[in-house]
Amino acid sequence: MAKRRVEPLLWLLFSSGGLAAALLLPVLLLFFGLVFPAGLLPVPARAHLLSVAHNPFTRIVLFGLCVLALFHWAHRFRYTLYDGLQLKRLSPLIMVICYGGALAGSGIAGYLLLGL
Amino acid sequence: MPDHIILQVTRYRPEREPEPTTQEYEIPLYEEWAVLDGLNHVKDALDGTLSYRWSCRMGICGSCGMTVNGEPRLTCATFLADYRPGPIRIEPLRNFPVIRDLVVEIGDFMRKLPQVKPWLIHHEDATAPEGEVLQTPADLDEFTQYSMCINCMLCYSACPIVGLEEGFLGPAAIALAQRYNLDSRDEGADERMEVLSTPEGVWGCTFVGECTTACPKDVDPAGAIQRYKLTAATQSLKSFLLPWRST
Amino acid sequence: MSGNDTEFHPRWYRRRMSVFWWVSRRSYLIFVLRELSSVFVAWSVVFLLLLVRAVSQGGPEYQQFVDWSSAPWMLALNVVALAFVVFHAITWFNLAPQAMVVRVRGKRVARSQVALAHFAGWALLSALAAWLILE
Repeated sequence: MAKRRVEPLLWLLFSSGGLAAALLLPVLLLFFGLVFPAGLLPVPARAHLLSVAHNPFTRIVLFGLCVLALFHWAHRFRYTLYDGLQLKRLSPLIMVICYGGALAGSGIAGYLLLGL
Repeated sequence: MPDHIILQVTRYRPEREPEPTTQEYEIPLYEEWAVLDGLNHVKDALDGTLSYRWSCRMGICGSCGMTVNGEPRLTCATFLADYRPGPIRIEPLRNFPVIRDLVVEIGDFMRKLPQVKPWLIHHEDATAPEGEVLQTPADLDEFTQYSMCINCMLCYSACPIVGLEEGFLGPAAIALAQRYNLDSRDEGADERMEVLSTPEGVWGCTFVGECTTACPKDVDPAGAIQRYKLTAATQSLKSFLLPWRST
Repeated sequence: MSGNDTEFHPRWYRRRMSVFWWVSRRSYLIFVLRELSSVFVAWSVVFLLLLVRAVSQGGPEYQQFVDWSSAPWMLALNVVALAFVVFHAITWFNLAPQAMVVRVRGKRVARSQVALAHFAGWALLSALAAWLILE
């Protein structure tokens, strides 16, 4: 069954996504979600951020982070719905929402980051 | 004069009641008594109708697993004095059908266990070894931990997926499969993968980790399962990226 | 496999698992919170992509984003998100050693050391990112 072959690969995405998210999201969210908006440190100049973002290495890392973190969410949230809310009977819909959402997000990330 | 402590024990007599009830027994509280000693006292001196399983009373047979104050415990390894002043709730092991009082039906596990082929698999066409099959201490180290399982079922009781998914193989079965997969004498890893790398196998597990917490023998079934996930996933990836390579 | 009536099995009692099974025990509740952290991981990605879009669009858009992100409710949301994302990281690094067997020169590396290595890597990467953002 195709589902059998795909499940281990989805888990690998979940696993790498968990690691990527754990390593990079805290510091990014700390600065852009808390420190700068709350005025604890001066907001960085747009020009500076643009130059950092334009760096090809940064773009690839950020793109990889976004894709992996989204697929991490998709897999984990899918099982949270199965087990936490016992919604396994809605599995096809849940798969579409979760992995479809992750794919859509990855597309947007690709457009924004790689199309800079 | 010893202290006393109250046991609130689940009773279920299917011939006369539709649902379990609770019955209280007051027993002496001796420092060295385990919960099992308390139950034996109940049966010997207070109420001979109480039904429960036990055998070795020293934590090796795996028979006396019950839910004590909400936690899956071996009652021979759980001491009354630790629950002072009580009362202590004693219920049958969760996630299993209850036959009577504290006795649960473990047929489901007994059917799942052989599915993972928990025995050394040797290919027919391989030549028979001359003399003993040698293993270094390092070889032994690879799987010893997973061979410590006493099939007490505390991990099945602790695992929410066992309760939610009827087909889930469960912690002990998968840990035992690993015991053989990691044994240098075994050649059955591929066969077991067909059973393990399935939604009812490792992929249903979400690493809650309660199985490892409950295990009285430090088997760490959660660790065994996560390690297998990585093994199976790497294997899948290899066959996806390099399909011409035979494993 | 179900409890059919036979002379040996009068009627097994099966308790149905409640939808709120995860509320009944502290360890289960923490587990579900850990799993829900993934929602905030997804939110962080969305927030980051909005930031990238604002930066690449232009000065006014960037300022707009900065203002929007400092609105009290947005700040509160991101504080909660940050807490969950940090919770995700801590639980991830503490659990990772259980899932892997690392050997150095034949000897098994202790779990605590594997965890420590993860935390060290986290600190290093965070410092690098901070330097890139602030410098």
